[in-house]
Amino acid sequence: MDLFLHQLLAGIATGGIYACLALAVVMIYQSIDHFNFAQGEMAMFSTYIAWQLLAWGFPYWPAFAATVVISFAGGVAIERLLFKPIRNAPVLSHIVVFIAMFSILNSVAGFTWEYTIKSFPSPFPSTPLFGNRLIGAHDLGMVGITLVMLVLLYVLFRHTRLGLAMRAAAANPDSARLVGIRVGWMVALGWGLAAAIGSVAGMMIAPIVFLEPNMMLGILLYGLAGAVVGGLTSPIGAVLGGFAVGIIENLAGTFIPVVGKELKLTIALVLIVAVLMVKPSGLFGRTAVSRV
Amino acid sequence: MVASERRLGGLTLPAWQRLLTIGVVIAALVLPLLVKNFTVFQLTLVMVYSIAILGLNLLTGINGQFSLGHSAFYAIGAYTTAILMDRFGVPYALTLPVAGLVCLVAGFLFGLPALRLEGLYLALATFALAVATPQLLKLSLFEHWTGGVQGIVIVKPDAPFGLPLSQDRWLYYFTLIVLILMFAAATRLVSSRTGRALKAIRDNPLAAKAMGIDTALYKSLAFGVSALYTGVAGSLGAIVVQFVAPDSFTFFLAVSFLVGLVVGGVGWIPGALIGGVFVMFVPNLAEQVSKGLAWAVYGVILILVIYLMPTGAAGFVRLVAGRVARLMSSNR
Repeated sequence: MDLFLHQLLAGIATGGIYACLALAVVMIYQSIDHFNFAQGEMAMFSTYIAWQLLAWGFPYWPAFAATVVISFAGGVAIERLLFKPIRNAPVLSHIVVFIAMFSILNSVAGFTWEYTIKSFPSPFPSTPLFGNRLIGAHDLGMVGITLVMLVLLYVLFRHTRLGLAMRAAAANPDSARLVGIRVGWMVALGWGLAAAIGSVAGMMIAPIVFLEPNMMLGILLYGLAGAVVGGLTSPIGAVLGGFAVGIIENLAGTFIPVVGKELKLTIALVLIVAVLMVKPSGLFGRTAVSRV
Repeated sequence: MVASERRLGGLTLPAWQRLLTIGVVIAALVLPLLVKNFTVFQLTLVMVYSIAILGLNLLTGINGQFSLGHSAFYAIGAYTTAILMDRFGVPYALTLPVAGLVCLVAGFLFGLPALRLEGLYLALATFALAVATPQLLKLSLFEHWTGGVQGIVIVKPDAPFGLPLSQDRWLYYFTLIVLILMFAAATRLVSSRTGRALKAIRDNPLAAKAMGIDTALYKSLAFGVSALYTGVAGSLGAIVVQFVAPDSFTFFLAVSFLVGLVVGGVGWIPGALIGGVFVMFVPNLAEQVSKGLAWAVYGVILILVIYLMPTGAAGFVRLVAGRVARLMSSNR
């Protein structure tokens, strides 16, 4: 029972990582209607920027805030420079540009900051919280920050005019333009937000997995699994899905003998396919209805 | 005016196409005799990638289903050949149809659950398949067959009937024969009744269903045939490279196929050849520009290609052909 509880809490902790990234995935999906394969690399790059700021002697929280702002601006810039000119190209061409971005960010990060593994500080105390040994302060802090981001996004999307405009621009660009929404800028804003969320996710994950250019690929897959399990149209679903993936991964790794360490990524695959078989739009997603 | 009646320098457009095809085939026959063995090896790999990209094109371009997981079928084809040759001593040429058949079944079976998924969700499921493939191949459970992390080394075949060809040149011609057969079959398939059904599903799944097309069957079938092509490519690739190992079949390979598909032109069958050339040579080119930033250069090239040709080489060729035709007709 003790082992079970321990693994459950460890699962919640890793689930926090996935939830963070799943949230970023859902954000960009909400605003541009496809999935950004370079999301993980954008988060990795932002984390390197934070690392560089810290290395220059900035204190943690100002560096954190600066990174979020820089990432937001970077996300908007990427949309304006790279994606606006090919707005009318087929979806597959967009995906190829995502792939191009992926390789550029990965290569430039490796070139600038080298491929050696770097440690990244955590803003939270390293002593166990409330004297428990099951879950660390950083894990709790990470879960807390994920939840705070979720609440902020919820308020933005449900209770502000800007959020409403963004949702409209994603759901039906033509009609949104007719009622005076500047669709192009709403999309750019979505990119900025996704980049900012990704940077927070990166800075929360880096103390656990360490900083290196390829840190994100595996995590991105789990983040995706979380987003798909929860439903790509629901931020809350994505967060819950992320936690679910973390818990399942840990419990399956411990209690199913063959799975062990060898097949951890395969679990994500099985989970994605299994959920999609039963509910093609995820557990919390809306079912799309198409007009004939 | 009907397209087939339009004449260019006295020949109809289909006649030009036929002439061009014959020219390319003759060039492909002569070329390996003029260059070094290593270049022949590279050209053989171009053809291998072209077959794989053609497989993806049948699925994505003709039937409208995404896949980021074709590296998995390439791996299945490669491993089938390697295991048959290494453990059972089967001649290499006989392993090709077996690999194709295994992949047809595998693709069909993966296509069944994929039926419920569309667009992005399918891309995600296949993405997961691509990422999980190396892990599955490394699994200790199958190590007796797959050789685990070390993989399997296979022997390069000699030219048969005492032909005076080096091993590389013989493999080139062998691959060329397979390539021509596969491309001819694909062209036939696309213009057949089945091909029209596949395209109807791509263009409007609801209307296709209403017209009585069994969309479930055709979509799974498209997945199977696509996997067959990619599996045969994988099998050829294993023979040419003489080596299979889990880490040659990562997500990166699936991405390369996708890049080749888009660069060549989605839905345009000859585009697969252009895609194969791109996938084979552009990374080397990028490395020559800058060693440390090779992949950044590759990314920039990719973005430029998409900017210049948003619909790939297919759109570019169509544009040029249209311009030339207009020029010719206005001269007269």
